[in-house]
Amino acid sequence: MAIANGVSTVADHTDTESSSTVSTTTRPEVRNVSEVSLSTTAQTADSPDDSAPTVYDIEDLGVYYGDFKAVRDATLTIRQHEITAFIGPSGCGKTTVLRCLNRMNDFIDTARVEGTVLYHGVDLYDPKVNSTEVRRRIGMVFQKPNPFPKSIYDNVAYGPRIAGMKKKSELDGVVEKALRGAALWDEVHNRLDASGMSLSGGQQQRLCIARAIAVDPEVILMDEPCSSLDPIATSRIEELMQEIKREYTIVIVTHNMQQAARVSDRTAFFITEINKESDRRTGVLVEFNPTEKIFSNPDDERTEQYVTGRFG
Amino acid sequence: MALATPALGGRTAGDVVRANLTKSQRDVPGLLALIALLTSVLVTILVLFTLIGTILVDAVPFLRDRGGSFVTRTIGSNPDVIGLWPGLYGSFIIGLGVIVIAFPLGIAAAVYLEEYAKPTRFTRFVQINIRNLAGVPAVVYGVLGFTIFAGWLGGLTGGKTVIAAALTLAVLVLPIVMITSMEAIRAVPQGIRDAGYGVGASRWETIRDHVLSYAAPGILTGTVLSLARALGEAAPLIVVGALAGGVGLLPETSLDGKFTALPMLIYGWSGQPTDADNRWQFSNSAAAASVILLALVLFFNFAAILLRNRYERTRTGS
Amino acid sequence: MRGVFLGAALTAVVLSALILYTLFKGTFDFFRAIEWDFATLADSGWYPRSSRFDLRTIVIGSIVVSLIAMLVAVPLGLGTAIYLAEYASRRVRRIVKPIVEVLAGMPSVAVGFFAVYVIAPDLVSRVFDPRQPKNMLVAGLGIGLLVIPIMASVCEDALAAVPGSLREASYGVGAKKVTTVFQVVLPAAVSGIVAAFIISASRAIGETMVATMAAGAVDTAVYKGFSPLEPGMTMTAAMTNAVGGSDQAAAEAPFKVLFFVGFLLFMVTLLLNTIGDRYVQRVRQKY
Repeated sequence: MAIANGVSTVADHTDTESSSTVSTTTRPEVRNVSEVSLSTTAQTADSPDDSAPTVYDIEDLGVYYGDFKAVRDATLTIRQHEITAFIGPSGCGKTTVLRCLNRMNDFIDTARVEGTVLYHGVDLYDPKVNSTEVRRRIGMVFQKPNPFPKSIYDNVAYGPRIAGMKKKSELDGVVEKALRGAALWDEVHNRLDASGMSLSGGQQQRLCIARAIAVDPEVILMDEPCSSLDPIATSRIEELMQEIKREYTIVIVTHNMQQAARVSDRTAFFITEINKESDRRTGVLVEFNPTEKIFSNPDDERTEQYVTGRFG
Repeated sequence: MALATPALGGRTAGDVVRANLTKSQRDVPGLLALIALLTSVLVTILVLFTLIGTILVDAVPFLRDRGGSFVTRTIGSNPDVIGLWPGLYGSFIIGLGVIVIAFPLGIAAAVYLEEYAKPTRFTRFVQINIRNLAGVPAVVYGVLGFTIFAGWLGGLTGGKTVIAAALTLAVLVLPIVMITSMEAIRAVPQGIRDAGYGVGASRWETIRDHVLSYAAPGILTGTVLSLARALGEAAPLIVVGALAGGVGLLPETSLDGKFTALPMLIYGWSGQPTDADNRWQFSNSAAAASVILLALVLFFNFAAILLRNRYERTRTGS
Repeated sequence: MRGVFLGAALTAVVLSALILYTLFKGTFDFFRAIEWDFATLADSGWYPRSSRFDLRTIVIGSIVVSLIAMLVAVPLGLGTAIYLAEYASRRVRRIVKPIVEVLAGMPSVAVGFFAVYVIAPDLVSRVFDPRQPKNMLVAGLGIGLLVIPIMASVCEDALAAVPGSLREASYGVGAKKVTTVFQVVLPAAVSGIVAAFIISASRAIGETMVATMAAGAVDTAVYKGFSPLEPGMTMTAAMTNAVGGSDQAAAEAPFKVLFFVGFLLFMVTLLLNTIGDRYVQRVRQKY
């Protein structure tokens, strides 16, 4: 239960933080969001709501790189307005699975997917599905902050612009909303013309989140979004996730078990199987359960060993 | 906003989502861009093949008819009987000069700059010097060769001789050899050096036995490419005083007389007036000489590409 | 050992000094050898044997020929680079890249031959019907071919230096390939592309054999301004022509002009290469 305590500590922290920063802004609805998210955070300690609508139904997902099977037998359900965390040792295929959820793996020449990834009942790997449309609705935040070498404004406006938004007034509104949503507006609103690369690491990552939410996706996939950030910047991002999960469904890959425990509603634990003959590593989904259960009373022995730090 | 359809409550939204995701958008800009890019690639390839093709069409019947006599005879005014022997001889000596002078000098300089030199202002000055030398037009090297190798050092080289030409071209490719060797040496992992020092080798022993042997394929690639470059250059040879192979003085196959080289023959023979009395024209002999020069240059280029590929494979493989 | 290696490295400095000395000294001698009057350097046309060295003729000749070469090489080279770096599958790349490298290794006399026997009669003469088959357009097109692979390879390096994470970021918000390439990758690679442009221009200006063989003017050139269909002479061709006649005595001005033009050519290419180098360094620092 020590970890559950950890969660409530973070929730307290979120509280003080949001009342100091958010309440000074002129947007009451943001505060509302944070208040609501507080209550959701409080819920994290309890079991998440199983009646929440399903966003993804992933069944027997396997991914090959060439003839090498990187992941096998991943079956899980991702629900709306929840944060789902993927944890596990390096090379366990958690990032590979994440990148199947918006068909980012398409860019790896040799990657091939088997099994089904149903998104609201639609098979994302159906040949009729347009992968660009998929990524427009399912955004992504990457391991290392990767702002474009353009101005802050142009970074955020990039997505809306390519989606056809041309009017300056509309774009201004979207940029402001996205930057506020990513809790970056107050820091950058008077230098939107500065290069996105001139920001600090944590600010850059929030800029990337703003860029992702500017196209108003339904889902945001986060691939170890805090792995290159310091603890303070990390806690900013974690707070932000709690704030935005009201509007988005979030899937996060993390190396950091405490982070999964702090932020997520459900957790999927992956493990690496090593084939002794070929020395090849295949990722396997071991357990998928509410986060609280994973960290207190997991079904699988290997999960328990991992979360208590006995291997990995 | 309404940029993308947000969730409409999950289960009921399935059909909307399906309609959205399977929207087939005709990507006109993407298609146009791809067509434009493919066109530029195809035009480039097509031009290259046309170039090689036309040279072959002019050369092959001529070479078939003339056979070995085109190789063994000397130049003259009648394409029916001329040959390119002095050109081959000149190019051979030039290639030899590059190997003997530019290779060791260039590699040694690279070793100094990568292994010995500290990052001082002077070192940077030398490096900038080398980069600038690599960009100097070939014809300017001709001016240098004319003044220094054919003039000042005339006592040693015999004036406007093939020796002066070989020195000039060796100096011309020297910065290329230096730069490619430096890159190859820079790519040697520090661990290789540490391994040498770890067993008590001196700096020179470590460089000789470990660094250079590790960097050898990369260095070889650069040197082979620079050899190809030297064989194809004509502009500096004109300035140094090579004969162009038309009518007039005959070049010799000696180290101290009038000389020519393969590219000089192509230059001299291209654009000579046609003579209806002859079976063959100078355009045929120019094409035939081009085929031989191209074969030489491409042989060295391919050797370099193969070397590099093998080198990359062994590096990534281990 | 160290001393031997240092000596080898110093040859680069010695060479630079010798080039500078040679060009300076020769230029100085040239100015002493010519008989000065107003027309010497400014009269229309390049007639070295009559002591008429109108720089305008050969400078504009170089500009016209290089501009044509760049018009050929920039779109083809950049297009090839974008295709190879962003679109081509690994297999296609393995085939196309060596072909471009063959073009890079092409001796310029072979391209000169092609310009004289194919580009001039079969392309330029058929399309434009110029007064003379050899002219500045023919030389420009030939030099363009030689510059394509330089443009392509420097641009490809610049594109390859753009981190993959930027492409992913663009795809991640639902951008198409064409949007990603032209709105994210190309702007991010812009300094490298500028470098490619400048280095290519420097090569085009310094290219000698194609200009000597195909630009049309031999020994003397009449000033024709910017008309590409007229025979002309570039600075490089003026240099080879200065030594071309076997009766040239090295002490006379018509020969010595070689050094003066060489000096100008050296300065122009040095300037361009230095600027180009700056841009290349900028690419390296950025990522």
